[in-house]
Amino acid sequence: MIKLEPRGQHSKLMAWLSPILAGVLTLISGAILFALLGQDPIEALHTLLILPVADLYGISELFVKAAPILLCAIGLSVVFKAKVWNIGAEGQLLMGGLIGSACALQLIDAEGFWVLPIVLLSGMLGGALWAALAAWLKTHFNANEILTTIMLNYIALNLLIWAVHGPLKDPEGFNFPESAMFSDSALLPTLVEGTRVHYGMLFALLALVAIWVLLSRSFLGFQIKVLGLDARAARLAGFREKRLTWIALLISGALAGLAGVGEVTGPLGQLVPQISPGYGYAAIIVAFLGRLQPFGILLAGLLMALIYMGGEMAQINLGLPIALTGLFQGMLLFYLLACDVLINFRIRIPALAKPVADTIAIQEEAAR
Amino acid sequence: MAEPHITPPRLTLRGITKTYPGCVANDAIDLSIEAAEIHALLGENGAGKSTLMKVIYGLVKPDQGELLWDGLPIDVRDPAHARKLGIGMVFQHFSLFETLTVTENIALALGEDAGDLPSLAERISAVSQKYGMALNPDREVHTLSVGERQRVEIVRCLVQPIKLLILDEPTSVLTPQEVETLFVTLRQLAEEGCSILFISHKLNEVRALCHRATILRAGRVSGECVPTEESSESLARMMVGDDTPISTDYPKVQGQEPFLQVRGLTRLSDDPFGVDLQAISFDVQAGEILGIAGVAGNGQEELLGALSGEDEVDNHDAIHFPHGAVGHLSPRERRAAGMAFVPEERLGRGAVPDMSLKDNALLTGFLTGLVKRGLIAHGKTRDFAEQIIERYRVKTPGTETHAASLSGGNLQKFIIGREIMQQPKLLIAAHPTWGVDIGAATAIHKALIELRDQGAAILVVSEDIDELFQISDRIGALCHGRLSPIKATPQTSINEVGRWMAGDFSEPQATAETISA
Repeated sequence: MIKLEPRGQHSKLMAWLSPILAGVLTLISGAILFALLGQDPIEALHTLLILPVADLYGISELFVKAAPILLCAIGLSVVFKAKVWNIGAEGQLLMGGLIGSACALQLIDAEGFWVLPIVLLSGMLGGALWAALAAWLKTHFNANEILTTIMLNYIALNLLIWAVHGPLKDPEGFNFPESAMFSDSALLPTLVEGTRVHYGMLFALLALVAIWVLLSRSFLGFQIKVLGLDARAARLAGFREKRLTWIALLISGALAGLAGVGEVTGPLGQLVPQISPGYGYAAIIVAFLGRLQPFGILLAGLLMALIYMGGEMAQINLGLPIALTGLFQGMLLFYLLACDVLINFRIRIPALAKPVADTIAIQEEAAR
Repeated sequence: MAEPHITPPRLTLRGITKTYPGCVANDAIDLSIEAAEIHALLGENGAGKSTLMKVIYGLVKPDQGELLWDGLPIDVRDPAHARKLGIGMVFQHFSLFETLTVTENIALALGEDAGDLPSLAERISAVSQKYGMALNPDREVHTLSVGERQRVEIVRCLVQPIKLLILDEPTSVLTPQEVETLFVTLRQLAEEGCSILFISHKLNEVRALCHRATILRAGRVSGECVPTEESSESLARMMVGDDTPISTDYPKVQGQEPFLQVRGLTRLSDDPFGVDLQAISFDVQAGEILGIAGVAGNGQEELLGALSGEDEVDNHDAIHFPHGAVGHLSPRERRAAGMAFVPEERLGRGAVPDMSLKDNALLTGFLTGLVKRGLIAHGKTRDFAEQIIERYRVKTPGTETHAASLSGGNLQKFIIGREIMQQPKLLIAAHPTWGVDIGAATAIHKALIELRDQGAAILVVSEDIDELFQISDRIGALCHGRLSPIKATPQTSINEVGRWMAGDFSEPQATAETISA
C-alpha cells in the first residue's frame, strides 16, 4: 500500500510553481505523444502553441477565444472559494446565449443604444437563473451541486438544440438549425478595427477587477472565503451560509451567462447549436490553474484559449484529430492535481506488510 | 530508589532524542520505571510527553537513544509489537466505535489475539470484576458514559498479560469520585507488579497516586522527585520554570442584575449520540463568573450551541437578554446585542486555520467598525489584530501569520483577547484553558477576572473543576442534559460538585454529620 503523508509546511512559492510545473509536464507528455504518433514533436508543439499566435490576426483570435473562458473562470473562482463546486458554467453559458438570443430576436427590428444592454442583461439573467436552480436545490434539499449542475448542463444543451430547431429557428433559413442574424443594434462592437476582438474581452477584464475587489477588499468576499475555508467558523460568526451560497452561485452564473450572450452577439451574430466548444468545462481547469486568483486566471485563460486554437491548427496542418484539445486540457488538469498533491503530501511506501491488529494503531495515530 | 536492584528496571530510556522540523520534541531524555511502580510523567502541553510515550509505544521512532526492556535493549517496531511485549496504552481520546459493543470493540483492537467473542466477553467480565471496574461487555459503546468508555480502554489493555500500562491524562474526563475509583484500580494493578506510567499535568493527583515523578520541560528532563515529598508549588516550578507566573486566588464577588437568563431550555440533540437538554434554567449576572462543570458529553455542546445561536431553539423565550428574548436570533444578532463567544475548538470554529491573524480578528470583530460600506478597513483591522497581540502577549511573528501555525495557548490568548477587546456585556467561554500551558492559562484567567470586574457577565463551561473553583463566583454542573443547583463557590465543595457531575443533585441529608465526621 502507498501512503500519503501530509508535509508540515505549505510553501507559497510552490503553490505558484505547481501550475508552471504542470505546464512543463504537459509539454513533455505532449511531445512524447506526438513522437508516438509519428510526428516531429518540435514541429507539432510549434504548430500547437506558437503558430496560432504567430501573427497579429492570431493574437486577436486568441482574445476572442479567451473572453468567454475568462468570464466563466473568474465567476467560478468565487464559488470555488466558497467550496461550492459549480461544474455548470457550461450550462449557464448556454442559457445565457439562449435567453440573450431570444431577447435579441424579439428586438430584431428595434434600433437604438438600449437594445444591446437589454440583450446582455437578459443573457446574464439566463445564466444566473440556471445557477439559481442549483442554488435552490442545494440550500433547500441539500442536493449535491456537483450532480445538479452537471445535469443542468445537459438540460441547457438540449433546450438550446430544441430552440434552434423550433421556436428560434430562422423562418428564412432553409430549415438549418440556426436563428436569424441579429440586428446591428444587438451586436457587440469590436474593440479593434479589422479584428473580431469584441467587447467581451473588455467585460472579462472588468470582471477580473471587480472580482478581485470582491474577494480581497469587500466583507462579502471575506465571508465567502471564510465559508469555504471553515464553515463552522462562518456559522459561529453568524455568516449566513445559504445566503452566501446563493450570492456566489448567482455571480458565477451571471458571468457565465455574459460569456454566452457575448458569443452570440459577438463573433457568431446569431444563435447556433455550437455556441461553446466546452468553454464552461475548460474554465474549471483555468480557475484552478490560475489558483483562483484574478491574475493567475488571466494567464491560464490565455493559455487555454491557445490550446483551443492550437488544436484547430494541428487538425488543419498536421491532420491530427481535434480531440487533441481535450487531451491537452485533461493532461494539464491531471498534472496540476498531481503536483498539488505532491506539494502538500509526500509518498511513503511502508516496507513490510503489517498485521491486522495494526489498524487500531493507525486509528490511534489519527486520534492524536 | 537508593537500594541496589536485583532485577533491572522494567523499562529504561537512555538519551531519547526526537526532532521534528523546527522543534526538538525530546532532547536526551533518561527515564526508568521499576516493576510495580506508578511513575508520573509531568509536564505542560508541548513539553514532549506525548512524543515520549509514542516512542515507548512504538508509534514514533526516536532519532537517538535506546530503550531497555527488562534490562535488554529493544527496538519497539510498532504498537502491535509493544502489546506483545506487555505494554498497554490508554489514550486521552478514545478510539472506540459507537455502534459496536464493548466486546466487539476490544476484539477489534486485539486483532488475532482476541479469540472467539463469548470467551473474550468472559475474560472482560472477569478482568472488570477483579479490578473493580463495573463493565457490561454486551453494551454498545454509545450508551456508555465517558468514564465507562475509559474503562473499556483500560480493560482492553488488561485482558492481555500486561507489564506496563501507559495512561495519558486519564483523569481529564472523570468526575472527582471517578478519579478516586480509578486510583484504587491503579494501585491494585501496581501491587500485582504492573508498572504504570501516569501522564498528567494535575499536581495534586500526581502527589496522591505516584511513587516517583519525572518532570519534562521543553523536551528535557527538568527534574526527578518523589511527589509526596514535594509541594504542588515546587512541582509546578519544575514544570514551568522560574519566570512564569503561576495562578493565584481571585476574590469572589457578587453579581448584579442578570444579563443572560435561561428558562426551561429543552432541546433535542441533532446528533444521534448527543445529549438532550432537559429544562435548563439559570442566570448569568453582570459582574460575575458563572462556572458550569461537567464531564464532556453531558450536554455542554448542545447548551453552548443553543446559547451561541448556531443551533435553533424552538422556544424563543427560553433564552433572554435584558432587552428581550433572543432564542430566535442569529449569532451575528446576538453579538450585536453584546454577546461574545469563545468556542471549544480553537482551530476550525474559533479561528480559521488557513487565514491570517488579521483576517481572524475580522472574523468576529466585524461589528466594531472594521467594515465600511461593505469594504474591509484593512488598516483598522491590522491595528485591531496588533492590539490583541500586544495586550494579550500573543507570541507570533506578526498579523499575517496563519492561525494554524500558532501554539494552542497562543491562539487561545488571541481568540479570548479578540472577544474581550470588543467589550462584550456577556462572554461565553467553553473550556477556555483546555490544553493550554500554565502561563497562558494564568493570563487567560486574569483577563476573564478583569472583564468581570468591568461589569460583564461571564459564563465558563469547563471540565477542569479546579479551574472553575479558582475563577467562578457561582458554580453548577451538567449531567445527562440536566443542570444541578447553582451555588456560590465558597458555599460548595469539590466533593459536592463532583456528585452533581455524576447526576446526584440531592442535598446531603446529614450535612452536620458530614462536617463533624
